[in-house]
Amino acid sequence: MNPSIWITLLNIFGVLIAAVLLAALLTWGERRLLGFWQDRPGPNRVGPFGLFQVVADMIKLFFKEDFVPRFADIPVFVLAPTIVMASMLLGFAVIPVSPMVGVIDLNVGLLFFLAMSSMAVYSVILGGYASNNKYALLGGLRAAAQTVSYEVFMGISLMGVVMLAGSFNLREIVVAQQGGWFVLPQFAGFLIFLVAGIAESHRLPFDLPEAEHELTAGFHTEYSGMKFGMFFVGEYLSVILVSSLITTLFLGGWLGPWLPPAVWFALKTGLLVALFVLLRAALPRPRYDQLMHFGWKVMLPLSLANLLLTGGVLLWLQQ
Amino acid sequence: MPDVIAKSVYKASPYREAAEAFIGDLRRECVGDSYWLQPDCLDLPTLWIGQRELLPLLRFLKSELSQPFAMLYDLSAIDERLRLNRGEGELKQPQSDFTLVYQLLSLERDLFVRIKVALPESRLSAPSATSVWACANWYEREIWDLFGIEFIGHPNLRRIMMPQTWQGHPLRKDHHARATEVDPFTLSAEKQRTEQEALLFKPEEWGMARASDSAEFMFLNLGPNHPSVHGVFRVALQLDGEQIVDAVPDIGYHHRGAEKMAERQAWHTYVPYTDRIDYLGGVMNNLPYVLALEQLAGIEVPPRAQTIRVMLCELFRIASHLVFYGTFAQDVGQMSPVFYMFVDREKLFGIVEAITGGRMHPAWFRIGGVAQDLPEGWDRMIREFLDYMPARLREYEGMVLKNSILRKRTRGIGVYNTGEALNWGITGPGLRATGLAWDLRKRRPYSGYDQFEFDIPVYDGGDCFDRCRVRVEEIHQSLRIIRQCLDNMPGGPYKSDHPLTTPPRKAGTMHDIETLIQHFVNNSWGPVMPVGEVCFPVEATKGLNSYQIVSDGGTNAYRNRIRTPSFPHLQMIPLMSRGLLVSDLIAIIASIDFVMADVDR
Repeated sequence: MNPSIWITLLNIFGVLIAAVLLAALLTWGERRLLGFWQDRPGPNRVGPFGLFQVVADMIKLFFKEDFVPRFADIPVFVLAPTIVMASMLLGFAVIPVSPMVGVIDLNVGLLFFLAMSSMAVYSVILGGYASNNKYALLGGLRAAAQTVSYEVFMGISLMGVVMLAGSFNLREIVVAQQGGWFVLPQFAGFLIFLVAGIAESHRLPFDLPEAEHELTAGFHTEYSGMKFGMFFVGEYLSVILVSSLITTLFLGGWLGPWLPPAVWFALKTGLLVALFVLLRAALPRPRYDQLMHFGWKVMLPLSLANLLLTGGVLLWLQQ
Repeated sequence: MPDVIAKSVYKASPYREAAEAFIGDLRRECVGDSYWLQPDCLDLPTLWIGQRELLPLLRFLKSELSQPFAMLYDLSAIDERLRLNRGEGELKQPQSDFTLVYQLLSLERDLFVRIKVALPESRLSAPSATSVWACANWYEREIWDLFGIEFIGHPNLRRIMMPQTWQGHPLRKDHHARATEVDPFTLSAEKQRTEQEALLFKPEEWGMARASDSAEFMFLNLGPNHPSVHGVFRVALQLDGEQIVDAVPDIGYHHRGAEKMAERQAWHTYVPYTDRIDYLGGVMNNLPYVLALEQLAGIEVPPRAQTIRVMLCELFRIASHLVFYGTFAQDVGQMSPVFYMFVDREKLFGIVEAITGGRMHPAWFRIGGVAQDLPEGWDRMIREFLDYMPARLREYEGMVLKNSILRKRTRGIGVYNTGEALNWGITGPGLRATGLAWDLRKRRPYSGYDQFEFDIPVYDGGDCFDRCRVRVEEIHQSLRIIRQCLDNMPGGPYKSDHPLTTPPRKAGTMHDIETLIQHFVNNSWGPVMPVGEVCFPVEATKGLNSYQIVSDGGTNAYRNRIRTPSFPHLQMIPLMSRGLLVSDLIAIIASIDFVMADVDR
């Protein structure tokens, strides 16, 4: 058998398993970090530093009754949580972790990511709709509006990077940063994508579809057991995915001195994940209409201006 | 009439003058004298009036009288049928089976008055005062529910505390107080069905239309089990999209019959029940109760006890406001502040525990003083806390009040002005956030508050943000008061040496038989309070709180009406939230600062 197939398989399963495990671990990591920032211990009972909390939670979720409310639209209700898991995991396929590690090297890698992250919103909308619960419906509606508004400038904010690198291929984008990370020339793009990324993964302060203080649990009010678990892991997967994409696009991916490339990649991504958690610990939640105003009236014009400016400067430099 | 060990001795009241001025004004300005002024009420003028003349008198007092009584402070009833002592000779009160008690407050006069209406058992109905005061609505529903008195012209006279299917009216004297007094409870399939059908939500019953010309409405049932309603509180929402067309609050899920319990608990043993009314307020709840009883019995409380009480009350005010502050931030989505504030609250509870032995519900005040003297080292603990707290508050200010998202969420949301606040019976920080500097501790000082230097925090936005700011500022003022208690704690006894104080005095028991008998009797069935009616409002953590106590010369209250601030506050939610979004409603609910036990009792 061709050895390159083994390497590919190893890559595929390695990335897949690592992503799922890290997402699971993040459920513990987030609570520990939140605890640290909120002057309390967090989960520290099960195993060393509470690490096995993940296992305990998993056992709990698996053994919970797999409850489907009888008023729900059952096929859609069951399908919804799988979409977010699947699309997020597929998104990891194009992430170049290091020169050696990475599942696939698409020349439209960036577009593939955008497509996958848009797919995830079906999960939330369908879950909210199929639950046949008013809180879930409101959550689903909020998710739809939020995704539509934030996806627009999410794509636009990345075009600056594409122009600088001259490619949609993520690996080439990383290589193009050897002269300097894109976070400097594309600082506005970085900030805009960060905001859009948080909104995309429905994390505070953009967790309006969930908004536990208003909508109890928003779109997943009716979910329990492993179906809830899939929403949960899906959210953490998207946090990691968005963080690793920011690393790839703006922070030079695996590039860095002394340490092996994969470690650099993990370090940068880890810091961004911690930033996600810190934001959750620090910020209140804006109101729905304020969020929309912010998206359409501030972020969209900003990202367009950034696009124009980058294009202009590039043309000027080329002359 | 049972012999009383000590007769009530009314002290010279500082409000006597204000009361007499009111009576003078009333005689001068009121046409006709259909009322009867009860002669023995001194600083709480009490007018008896026939139900036909009631509404004109209320309207006159509210708007025509100079320095009017703008607020309906309380509205309750008394079942008089078993009452023995209703005055003799010229003090004899009019014949009555059920008496309605309207208590009004004038902010200009700093005076409360009582209007009483006698009703015969054969015709239990009175005109509704909802056209005079909007907040009469819930009070009248409560009276209908608990006493079965009908109010003619009331827009929606339904049960409010008890389930709609309840039989009887619980605060009537012939209604059982304990489950053991009636047959065991059974739930047949038939009964279960009717109970469940009664719970079915029909928008029409709540005064809501199912659709307008342009839209079909969605009805959202917020609570009684919801993360942001602070207990068991339900709001039925009529929504157009996420916009609130109407919000109808539904209470009664926390009703524990505290007023009924007062009718069988001895005076002393009721103190722990008061703790659980505003369960964040701790000993603050004891204060209006013991102050009322002390006024009834004519007990002079020694200065040390007064200062200890003030200090503990202000500690609990801080504890309660910290919970408010944290949950307020949490309800607009800010996750962390509540954890920091609970750490501070925990420190506070440490002090409270060292002093009283209890934490949230110390039940520590006694009739005539407090339970114990302060422990050794109390001053060090308090001083440490006073030095520690201001820096934390500064940090919270940067974290919460200066946060621009929080400001955007709460500014201009849930606005009412001073006039509306008075009309709806809003007291406490909610009133002071409308720009009116009215604090009972300054206007009618009690327990030695006139000896302290502190300011009344006022903001004039009347919105959620200002209600929060007022409370934050009040924490600073409470720290100031506690510092003054610390620096000037008087010596002397911590309890009055009056025969009616509890626990009874023990010093002379081995020397004279009188004291021994008294000690024995007051310990076994409790002190016998003199006949009378008292009400002593205090500025509690959430607004004005008082116990209107009717004593029939027994070992327990004949009637104990608890006026709590949260009850009228919740009633105003529809007015504050119409036209806003669901998220705004959550901010409004958080800014009111209520606990459901304080609403339902």
